[in-house]
Amino acid sequence: MTYGFQRTATGRIVLRVDQVERGLLGSVARQVIDLVKPEEPSADQDPLAAQLGWIEGDVQVSDDPAVARLLPDAYADPDDARDFRRFTENDLRQAKVQHATTVIEEIERSGEKITVGSPDSWLGTLNDARIAIGTRIQITEDNHEELSHLPEDDPRAGLFHVYDWLTFLQESLVRCLDPSLYGFSDEDAPVAEDD
Amino acid sequence: MASLSVPVEAGPQEQLEEVVETQRPWITIVWNDPINLMSYVTYVFMTYFHYSREKAEKLMNDVHHEGRAVVSSGTREEMERDVSAMHSYGLWATLQRDD
Repeated sequence: MTYGFQRTATGRIVLRVDQVERGLLGSVARQVIDLVKPEEPSADQDPLAAQLGWIEGDVQVSDDPAVARLLPDAYADPDDARDFRRFTENDLRQAKVQHATTVIEEIERSGEKITVGSPDSWLGTLNDARIAIGTRIQITEDNHEELSHLPEDDPRAGLFHVYDWLTFLQESLVRCLDPSLYGFSDEDAPVAEDD
Repeated sequence: MASLSVPVEAGPQEQLEEVVETQRPWITIVWNDPINLMSYVTYVFMTYFHYSREKAEKLMNDVHHEGRAVVSSGTREEMERDVSAMHSYGLWATLQRDD
């Protein structure tokens, strides 16, 4: 919890977690999948269109603000936005599911020291999870302080703590991939492979 | 995608319009949001567009302070590809004609 992602002396990226954190990360990744996984094509859909992942009929930005933010409109014009969505939305959903699936596989393959094989999948899934949670708790540029001091019985309090932790993790992973982003510090020093 | 529409026989006038059309580039805009990390946005601009750190950081700062930044320009098809990529990274992006 205190270290985030780290580079080992041999250049691997690892994340040390306890059992609770390990379980939480897996559950966060599964929730991302539940949120964005493509809908099954209906039985009467044109098979070629279904195979290409095209969506038939009217398709619009989701009513769920979290999904709307994860799968946003590409055009301001509603007709262009709808056309673009018909041909691309399922690919985008699939890409996000693929990232989260990879994250789950890497967690399941590891114990309390997770070795990161696909950093981009981790970055994508951490980011998608933060978008989903951040949208739910209506985070803004100015209300971090307020959200961090919510009473424990407020349903947003727990979500904010998870959000905050995922933010710390994502920041540490970006830093592992590009330590010069914020200059070197002791935290960026490689850790021993086997401790 | 409009570019997938069935091609039709174009008359001279339409051909002319098409030429004018292709000369007006399209742009990809990334919008500010309170969730994406500044370091991550810079990382995405450097990784996907292969921009220098200086350029990536300037664009990230424009997004953060001005609410939006034009991150690329080109044909409509190219910009649709860039917008799709930005969405897969979780950035909020749209494309439009460069007016």
